[in-house]
Amino acid sequence: MNKPIRTVSIFFLLLFLALMATATNNGFVQSSSRNDRPENRRVKEAAYSSQRGAILVGRTPIAESDKVDDEYKYLRSYTSPFLYAPVTGYFSFGSSTGIESSQNQVLSGDDPRLFIGSLIDLLGNKPPSGGSVQLTLDPDAQRAAFDGLAALGDDVEGSVVAIEPSTGKILAMVSLPTFDPNNLATHDFGARDETYQRLLQDDSEPLVNRAIQKRLFPGSTFKIVTAAAALESGQYDGPDDIVPGGPTFQLPQTTGDSGLVDNEGRDCPTDGLTLRKAMEQSCNTTFAQLAIDVGSEEMLRQAEKFGFNSDYLEDLDGQVRSAFPAELTPPEVGQAGFGQFEVQATPLQMAMVAGAIANDGVVMRPYIVDEVQQADFDAQQTEPEELSRAISEDTARTLTEVLVSTVDEGTAEPAQIDGVEVAGKTGTAQRGVAGAAPYGWFVSFAPAGDADVAVAVMIEDAPGQEIAGGRLGGPIAKAVMEAILQ
Amino acid sequence: MGFVHRRRRGAELFLLVLALAVGVGGYAAVGLGVEGEVPPDIIGYGGWLAALMVGAHVVVRLVAPYADPVLLPVVAALNGLGLAVIHRLDLADGASFARQQLTWMTVGVILFVGTLLILRDHRILARFTYTAGLLAIVLLLLPLVPGLGLIINGARIWISVGPFSFQPGEVAKVLLVIAFAGYLVQHRDALALAGRRVLFVDLPRGRDLGPIVAMWLISLGILVFQKDLGSSLLFFGLFLLMLYVATERPGWIIVGALMFLGGATMAYRLFGHVRVRVDTWLHPFEYYNGPAGENSYQLVEGLFGFAYGGLIGRGFGDGDPTRVPYAESDFIMAAIGEELGLTGVIAVLLLYGVLVERALRTALISRDGFGKLMATGLAAIFALQIFVVVGGVTRLIPLTGLTTSFLSYGGSSLVASWVIVALLLRISDQARRPVPELEPVDEDAAAAESTQVIKVAR
Repeated sequence: MNKPIRTVSIFFLLLFLALMATATNNGFVQSSSRNDRPENRRVKEAAYSSQRGAILVGRTPIAESDKVDDEYKYLRSYTSPFLYAPVTGYFSFGSSTGIESSQNQVLSGDDPRLFIGSLIDLLGNKPPSGGSVQLTLDPDAQRAAFDGLAALGDDVEGSVVAIEPSTGKILAMVSLPTFDPNNLATHDFGARDETYQRLLQDDSEPLVNRAIQKRLFPGSTFKIVTAAAALESGQYDGPDDIVPGGPTFQLPQTTGDSGLVDNEGRDCPTDGLTLRKAMEQSCNTTFAQLAIDVGSEEMLRQAEKFGFNSDYLEDLDGQVRSAFPAELTPPEVGQAGFGQFEVQATPLQMAMVAGAIANDGVVMRPYIVDEVQQADFDAQQTEPEELSRAISEDTARTLTEVLVSTVDEGTAEPAQIDGVEVAGKTGTAQRGVAGAAPYGWFVSFAPAGDADVAVAVMIEDAPGQEIAGGRLGGPIAKAVMEAILQ
Repeated sequence: MGFVHRRRRGAELFLLVLALAVGVGGYAAVGLGVEGEVPPDIIGYGGWLAALMVGAHVVVRLVAPYADPVLLPVVAALNGLGLAVIHRLDLADGASFARQQLTWMTVGVILFVGTLLILRDHRILARFTYTAGLLAIVLLLLPLVPGLGLIINGARIWISVGPFSFQPGEVAKVLLVIAFAGYLVQHRDALALAGRRVLFVDLPRGRDLGPIVAMWLISLGILVFQKDLGSSLLFFGLFLLMLYVATERPGWIIVGALMFLGGATMAYRLFGHVRVRVDTWLHPFEYYNGPAGENSYQLVEGLFGFAYGGLIGRGFGDGDPTRVPYAESDFIMAAIGEELGLTGVIAVLLLYGVLVERALRTALISRDGFGKLMATGLAAIFALQIFVVVGGVTRLIPLTGLTTSFLSYGGSSLVASWVIVALLLRISDQARRPVPELEPVDEDAAAAESTQVIKVAR
């Protein structure tokens, strides 16, 4: 009977091998895909009940996990919730946004960079804890931006972004209206759902981080890009070169008022004027003609070198691409030249344009996570990274000079700071809807020679205020720059 | 003098110490992981486990000195680990299954010792072939008696006697192995030699099909009336394997496999509860908590547990194994997978593999056909049972309820398993024992005796 017993042994061996193979499939091969399944509440609850790392601005935590006495053990809480909500996002059961979402691996402690720390926790029989995320934000600049924007009224919609031109560090990122992430992090899921639905249905879109998620016509601030393209084309090479002007300009291939560009009463002589003067007076007629001269293709190339039509923000989710369309007809290019038609930019994008000029023509990749830290171990610092060279150093120098004049002598006067050379440009963009208030823009950087900060202010709507980029945006940009320069 | 097996009792004692380290260490790790401190009753608990194991070891040393030295440590490790995991689940649920399980383990070890003491030669059991068979069938039918049978989770496999409930099927398993072994040893020649050859396969005679048909009907009966898929599969597979080993004819396997497939197809067509098991096996995530119902909730939670555990597991106390319903019984492997990881699961499977291998080795070296068949049958109980339940939990095959021997909570199964191990040790002791030496015969004297001259007086 021994032969069949041996056969049976082999049969049982195969059964056990099949079990081990299946166990390996379950515990290893399919492990992460099953952990990520949306219906897997085990992983979500574990993530929700663990001690997440803090989000820090300077030395101050703006989001941290507090121990509480309920089934989820830790409650996420946000100090200064309204000020930082667009950046931190919220951490709720099963969903999160902002830094809470994009840096989840670090905050939850799963990031491979935290491996050593996790191992030490494991060996020390301590519960695993997440790493902290240190942001690049400057608390004073953030506060100045928030207060300035909020001062425009209760229902203001707008955004402020400040970056450090030489590194790409985001120094301030404000978006209004905002929300209280504490109400979404609450363990009272009924109240949470109610709050969420209310925020979602609010027409003023409080859950949208306008700094990176809202693109609008940049208006006259886009003239900087047009001027850059014109200078790069080689047709002009100094701030005092004569560019075309005129009180009105009829776009090619058009007739009548719809194709007629004017300057809303600003002084732009028919026989031409200097580039400096054209920027000071924000002459639409000048920049329409410059854009048409440069052409659709070169305008697109220049815009894309500044970051249009691309994704560049890697440590915060949901950045929308700023848009510059391809293959425009001459009248469309003309309109695009002063930031209308289908040209759209986010506030971050316009801050990057200003930053590139301040940084001798080099666009740095913007980033908001400065350091990843865990308990007592070495911090991991983010290295600044060059994104592209948008313009030559000469062009950057010329544009800086032009933009300084625009602050000193022209429309951007409200951003003047005593004793500091400021470069800046206003923008007032038509929505393309008759009777609707325009968008106000303001971009600037300072000190002009060797800038520490570049700012973009965008005001989408400020009920009760007459929107003009310079008048409303200028003082906000000034306050943010002063906060950094002090 | 030929080869003589060594007793190796010292090796058994050493391995038992390791097994105790698993049991007591597991208990301590549960305390540390869940409550942050070594449980205060660790001395009492460890002492009790040690006393049971040392007691078992001493009895084996005295009455079965040549028995296989690996079997006892392996089951001691499995039982100890099972207790630790059940204790961990108790801490989360506020239940006291571990305490009851320890009581049942004590009963199991007492019966283990009793079996070894009373049964000095396994061949005696061959006398009870038909008694054992009859008793097994009566036990299997007991749950169907009105007023005695209990339906728990849809299966009618329990009886209640006073405050206790018991699964008679667990005892029936052991009795069936004895009955099959006895019957097959007597009839193996008839079953093996008669028959005709079709396409290189020796098919059995029609009249010899009687017993296999009877066993098939009993299995189907269990499936239909008790709604117990697992046991039905186990009994039929057990019989088929023993029949094959007795007759050495693969034809039986083919006939049996065809009958099994026929029965399974029929059951799938006819019975809703079988269809549900197959559907949830094929599409578990559709039946998790969607519009199609929650029939696979337990299975999918178990799978999520394995996934969450990953390679090395979350560690005791850091997983959430109580999400899986019945984690302490049928789904204990999911709890092990979650907190001890794939590593723990493979370790447990290897322990079972060693258990089955030692049992089959005993069958190979056994000197009598009855012993060979019994050892094979007992090994098959463990192998098939583990395959059916762990395969079901890990979604290798459709889920059917069976207990994971020694690990999962359940008194009847634990006690029966300890008795099985006692029987295996007894067969192994007989097999490894040196052949008794025969008295040398004085040939001259014998010759003289046979040719004695008797003088006849005239």
